[in-house]
Amino acid sequence: MLNVGKIEEGFVLDHIEAGKSLDIYHHLKLGKLDCTVAIIKNARSNKMGKKDIIKVECPIDMLDLNILGFIDHNITVNVIQNGEIVEKKKLQLPKQIKNVIRCRNPRCITSIEQELPHVFVLSDEEKEIYRCKYCEEKFDKRTL
Amino acid sequence: MRHLMNPLDFSVEELDKLFDLANNIEANPAKYAHACEGKKLATCFYEPSTRTRLSFEAAMLNLGGQVLGFSDAASSSASKGESVSDTIRIISCYADICAMRHPKEGAPMVAAERSGIPVINAGDGGHQHPTQTLTDLLTIRSLKGRLGGFTVGLCGDLKFGRTVHSLINALIRYDDIHFIFISPPELKVPDYITDMLTERGIIYREVIRLEDCMPDLDLLYMTRVQRERFFNEEDYVRLKDFYILDKAKLSDAKSDMLILHPLPRVNEISIEVDDDPRAVYFKQAQYGVYVRMALILTLLGIDV
Repeated sequence: MLNVGKIEEGFVLDHIEAGKSLDIYHHLKLGKLDCTVAIIKNARSNKMGKKDIIKVECPIDMLDLNILGFIDHNITVNVIQNGEIVEKKKLQLPKQIKNVIRCRNPRCITSIEQELPHVFVLSDEEKEIYRCKYCEEKFDKRTL
Repeated sequence: MRHLMNPLDFSVEELDKLFDLANNIEANPAKYAHACEGKKLATCFYEPSTRTRLSFEAAMLNLGGQVLGFSDAASSSASKGESVSDTIRIISCYADICAMRHPKEGAPMVAAERSGIPVINAGDGGHQHPTQTLTDLLTIRSLKGRLGGFTVGLCGDLKFGRTVHSLINALIRYDDIHFIFISPPELKVPDYITDMLTERGIIYREVIRLEDCMPDLDLLYMTRVQRERFFNEEDYVRLKDFYILDKAKLSDAKSDMLILHPLPRVNEISIEVDDDPRAVYFKQAQYGVYVRMALILTLLGIDV
């Protein structure tokens, strides 16, 4: 059994779908943070069978929960202070995301307009479908 | 400040008010002849669409206003690489309201976000063409006296036809609407529309030939079946005649059915049908001007 030590201040992302931790590492831009990051892959889980975990030792306000909610709102975010869990944050699908994914529709105005942000709006919460704010092109979150 | 991007931007009640105003304009054109004196409409057409642009311009001129603009991207600053955001900021200094057509989907919405004046989407690629849908609704409401309680046949290219998709979305807000989709299998209405109708419990059926449903229809909305949509010439030749409306096919239709078409027509409605009292596609073009007049007055907040 591999042991990864406790962190004093930061957050633990638990219940990440097995194999998705590196995607999350990338989307949260954790590589750019000057702090300790531990990625645990394929940890045993009673609930999920296998899961990934990410531990990051940094102030909690450095984490963009909006992006995390978009990637996987089933992830548990444990906030750690003085080595203890002080809060478990519940994630939700954000109503709108900006510059997280790009519109792939070549006919969309985002393909030519200078510095126009790529904005997607949640159009079907149950099916987790987002649509481009401008051309309404569908982005199925499950293809992320 | 209000814009029009999508036919569903207006509630059913707001549409009723808009259509009442359009009918009032139709009945009393002189009353509105000076309503927009001193106002200017900018028609910013990044791709040519003579009919839509002239309809907007006629609407503003009928209201006593003036028009300026460009009719294709080559004669605009877009050819020098200017963004839509910058163009609309400049246009806002020159005009009071803008009708924008653009080949890129969502361009009028980008303009609306940056604009100091109301922006009307006059067609953005294959996405939306809200004033066409308002024209269709006004035509039906004016000639039938209501917008609910119809069996609506939509015929032709139901896969790529944006006017068809918009009209379906607009009509399902009214009670007791049934749809019959008449198209070759290659050009069937997309699944997301039929799924949505099923979810809402709206009755629809799909048929291959016009003759299979003609007696049931209260409204028939014709669209063009384009040769280039087919995989091979053989299929096109085999199917194209199913979607040409002529007197013989009309013989089974109800006497008060309306035939609509967004125009331009190529050959999908035989010229012999034009004189039939049920053919209202040229009246539709006239209603297009009335609805655009009502829209300009509404977005400018002018009461007459």
